[in-house]
Amino acid sequence: MFSPSSEKLPSAEVTTAQIERGVSPWIDAWHRLRRNHLAVFGGIVLIVLSLLCVAGPWFSPYGYEETNLNNTFSPPSGAHWLGTDQLGRDLLTRLMFGGRISLMVGLVATFVALAIGVVYGAISGYAGGKLDRLMMRIVDIIYALPFTIFVILLTVLFGRDIRLIFVAIGAVEWLTMARIVRGQIMSIKRMEFIEAARSLGLGTPRIIFRHMIPNILGPIIVYTTLTIPGVMLLEAFLGFLGLGVQPPMSSWGVLIKDGAERMEEYPWLLIFPGTLFSLTLFSLNFLGDGLRDALDVRAAKD
Amino acid sequence: MFRFIARRLLETIPVLFIIVTATFFMVRFVPGGPFDSEKATTPEIRANLEAYYGLNLPLHRQYTNYLKAIVLHGDLGRSTKYASRTVNEIIADKLPASLQLGGLSLVIALVLGLTAGVVASVKRNTWVDYGASSFAMIGICVPTFVLGPLLVLVFAIHLGWFNASGWYGWQDRILPSLTLGIVYAAAIARLTRGGMLEVLNQDYIRTARAKGASEARIIFRHALRGGLLPVVSYLGPAIAGILTGSFVIETIFQIPGLGREFVNSAFNRDYTLVLGTVILYAVLIVALNLVVDIVQVWLNPKLKFE
Repeated sequence: MFSPSSEKLPSAEVTTAQIERGVSPWIDAWHRLRRNHLAVFGGIVLIVLSLLCVAGPWFSPYGYEETNLNNTFSPPSGAHWLGTDQLGRDLLTRLMFGGRISLMVGLVATFVALAIGVVYGAISGYAGGKLDRLMMRIVDIIYALPFTIFVILLTVLFGRDIRLIFVAIGAVEWLTMARIVRGQIMSIKRMEFIEAARSLGLGTPRIIFRHMIPNILGPIIVYTTLTIPGVMLLEAFLGFLGLGVQPPMSSWGVLIKDGAERMEEYPWLLIFPGTLFSLTLFSLNFLGDGLRDALDVRAAKD
Repeated sequence: MFRFIARRLLETIPVLFIIVTATFFMVRFVPGGPFDSEKATTPEIRANLEAYYGLNLPLHRQYTNYLKAIVLHGDLGRSTKYASRTVNEIIADKLPASLQLGGLSLVIALVLGLTAGVVASVKRNTWVDYGASSFAMIGICVPTFVLGPLLVLVFAIHLGWFNASGWYGWQDRILPSLTLGIVYAAAIARLTRGGMLEVLNQDYIRTARAKGASEARIIFRHALRGGLLPVVSYLGPAIAGILTGSFVIETIFQIPGLGREFVNSAFNRDYTLVLGTVILYAVLIVALNLVVDIVQVWLNPKLKFE
């Protein structure tokens, strides 16, 4: 409405594609997102944090595995900005290395879960009938299979490998997403605009991905912002069982867990990893909420 | 609806069968056996032990024997770790604590989560919304293995209101249930707020307003029905997870529950105990997802039982 690109005058020869497309929702959404200061702020924080984790270790005078037994549990100081842990390792350096693992797990595993869950749930909900029942019973089965045993089996078959953690976590996290998407698709599939799309003669994939999924983005985004912390913590839980990243390597989840065990005597070991973790999630959340609002076609027309 | 439920119950049989079969062979393909950790096993003792548990039979015979015992007697077999006990006894012994903890947590999660989510969506972009949403975000950011020790530190150690761990009186239920409940409450609040915001913009809500329905009636009669849809989808598997016990919470608070038993059984290669708990969990998942599908139709009259 405010952007020149969204103006489209109806011409004499209107093609099917034009009726279907109308105003480009993505450009509209991008303009709305840019006006949302919290969302922009969240995005900037995420970019800065990622850069810090990727590039920061190059500038650090310490290694993540470098111990110094004369300087254990040092509080934050000029030499160690965020203090040191029980082996005298520099917390800031470990946080930056750990952030690589955590952000990567959060990104990759969530993307896997999102891609599988949305496509699977959408097909199941749209198809209905026998196919839907079969697909949902498969989901039930995967839900019930024991995750711990699955991870042990993976590490036995393929050795300890960080990529396995992505696979293992992605393999379980898509299930709830699939069930949520299925429920939403079923609830809109009898609405008029879907009838309209069908009567335009559009193919099923196009109806699902162009017309239905943009209309259920809200719940998808909200559940995605729940999945990201979920997978990061699941990675820490696997570390807890000795199946995640192996020491001396670390991740935010593992650092938080270690810090929690000493929170009374050496609070900085919990406070700094906890703050960084929360800051990331808050930013993701603001960005997610902004995206949700920006993509909400109905709210935009009010 | 009766036909729908009957058909779903019928479908449960192959689902459970596949779960049991897959798990049975999965645990067997994990290297290591149930008696590896026993130090004083001579080959003779080991052979006797394996004969006692029927582990010397060919794998397909073990499998059919196991299935037969379940189907005919509901017998889940003997634990290989706790020699004198059957899996049925262990579950009967450990499940009540997990159920209690889970039940209380669920009540806390639903009351806190739904209230916060509804209030936040109705008062969107006011300080009430920011407050409720921040509370939810804290619940999501702070993992159970931090929240638990933190609550213990404040309420048990400094204030001395509760015991730091144990599972005896009613006071011992409070801190663990709060820890587990707050985490789920946060997720429920986020999903509820999101779901409600989707619905509150729709035409039928405007129609209800135009007809002069009161705000309370609009929220509870009209909006909540559609707004709860994503929450309901989430709750099915979440409840199954909550009720069968949380390994982390049970470890922190020293609760004799099933969650801890399950994770340990996987490491002990206690084949029968792993299978027993998986079957229990599977039954819960299947049952709860059935309930979810029924509730979804009830919430959305446009859906039909297919």
